[in-house]
Amino acid sequence: MIQNHGILRHAAQRLLGVIPTMLLLITVVFFLVRVAPGGPFDSEKALPPEIQANLEAKYHLDEPLLQQYFRYLGQIIVLDFGPSFQYKDWTVNELIAEGFPVSLTVGGLAMLLAFVVGTLVGITAALKQNSPVDYGTMGFAMLGISIPNFVVAPLLILLFAVYAGLLPAGGWDWSVKRMVLPVVTLALPVIAYIARLTRGSMIEVLHSNFIRTARAKGLPEREVIRRHALKPALLPVISFMGPATAGLITGSVVIERIYAIPGLGSYFVTGALNRDYTLVMGVVVFYGLLIILLNFVVDMLYAWLNPKIRYDERS
Amino acid sequence: MTKEADLRADDALDIDPFEAAMELGGTKGRSPWEDAWHRLLKNRAAVSSAIIMAAMVVLVIAGPWMIGWEGDFTDWDHTSAPPSIETGHWFGTDAVGRDILVRTLEGGRISLLVGLVATLVSLAIGVTYGSIAGFYGGRTDRVMMRIVDIIYALPFMFFVILLMVVFGRNIILIFVAIGAVNWLDMARIVRGQTLSLKNMEFVEAARACGVGRLDIIRRHIVPNLLGVVMVYVTLTIPQVILVESFLSFLGLGVQEPMSSWGALVNDGAQDMESAPWTLVFPALFLSVTLYCFNYIGDGLRDALDPKDRL
Repeated sequence: MIQNHGILRHAAQRLLGVIPTMLLLITVVFFLVRVAPGGPFDSEKALPPEIQANLEAKYHLDEPLLQQYFRYLGQIIVLDFGPSFQYKDWTVNELIAEGFPVSLTVGGLAMLLAFVVGTLVGITAALKQNSPVDYGTMGFAMLGISIPNFVVAPLLILLFAVYAGLLPAGGWDWSVKRMVLPVVTLALPVIAYIARLTRGSMIEVLHSNFIRTARAKGLPEREVIRRHALKPALLPVISFMGPATAGLITGSVVIERIYAIPGLGSYFVTGALNRDYTLVMGVVVFYGLLIILLNFVVDMLYAWLNPKIRYDERS
Repeated sequence: MTKEADLRADDALDIDPFEAAMELGGTKGRSPWEDAWHRLLKNRAAVSSAIIMAAMVVLVIAGPWMIGWEGDFTDWDHTSAPPSIETGHWFGTDAVGRDILVRTLEGGRISLLVGLVATLVSLAIGVTYGSIAGFYGGRTDRVMMRIVDIIYALPFMFFVILLMVVFGRNIILIFVAIGAVNWLDMARIVRGQTLSLKNMEFVEAARACGVGRLDIIRRHIVPNLLGVVMVYVTLTIPQVILVESFLSFLGLGVQEPMSSWGALVNDGAQDMESAPWTLVFPALFLSVTLYCFNYIGDGLRDALDPKDRL
């Protein structure tokens, strides 16, 4: 009971920390975009002043900066990201609603794949520490970390789509066939990180006293791993989930572009290249909030899983 | 000279008995740095990576002058030509007949330069920030590290992209933008190290002598951070190169006629079906560089981090 209380209080504290982070995010994004040279309606041909004025009035660009800021803040609180400057008939919300499910599918599958494969590889390497298996997999893991997504993706397309003709090179129709390459590409670096993390923590755990005790009482090695070593060894992986999500979201920007997937990331890049300020702001804020929330969830999950943390001790 | 005279001369030199004992035993004392150096040399992956990287740097700097082609020369007789010795285009040419080898090396100059400069920017910010937070401690520390925590939670890649969108693309901005968002790790690590250093006797001695706090940080704390900082510099360089390539790949980084590995990989990916060499060579250079830096960083960490010393 007391411990639950501690966790609740920790959650409340963390939640209080989340709010300034979000506020900072929105503020920085807003003012960054406002100090930008050149407005969104600058075109090669100067618009007649009345039209310019009307446009600015429509998007509230004629108001004092501070008023615009609070207006934007009020909008974000009700999750309204405003109209897109470039896609004239679309609001940013509609664009996010259009693109995000696709990105979420690819990212979610990649995360799942990375978690399963990464931990399995990591555990295998740890159990065979300093064997050729260990060196081999860790060498590959270093490759996975070092070689960027945007190098792996074209190479995979070249191999599996152009030369072997097994899979489509890109495009999107919600079929598994078209998901394989993007998901694998996106997952590879995360697999590599998780494998290295798991290996390291597993080796550490296997040297601890409670494992020696478990072995001493005659448990078979498989049971020792499954019942005693697995959970503590996976703790660092849990706390890596936050950064991993951020990495996947960043990676998706590139992956979606290469595989021509109509996800949020490709909207973001198009928006960035077209100087579609509201869209770029919207996506940064949306993903920012998502990452902050996810970090919070991961933090709670970690606190809940880790028996060593007793939050009532903290003041 | 007689033996006795010899002995007396030795006495006059006032030999440190400890050192004499060490020499008598045939062992020489090794400083922690020498220890680390020996550990590093035993790490074959790190040593070979360092050699490859040294070669890469020389190649990238000297290469473009040694090859007969200019980076922006378009050889209309050989457009999209495959690698061959006869045409003189060892790595082939791209769709407008530019030599891939020269472009890869010139792109490497930019990529490595960005890696170095942006890392120095993040180093300067991170070390200053971290050492001040750690040394001043108390509320200053709490507020400063809280700020780091807050910034840490932001999607930093998106910020760099936003910066590029807002301020237009120029190379100075790339340096500053990447460096300015990459200092957080450095600040955290430096702070931690400072915390453990600041209560040591030599700092106390300095304080007793009346040295000011900023002077203590500058003269006594920062030099002792060298080991940790070195490790993270080697690990930051590939990260920064990666970020720059990522931006250039998306078309948000360096612009024509300048080039970087990321931009070249992007170009190569456009016509990889007809001319795969335009993709493969820049990709290979970029990957090898990142791979080597990661191994060097790992090796340095193993060598310098007293935690894992066996």
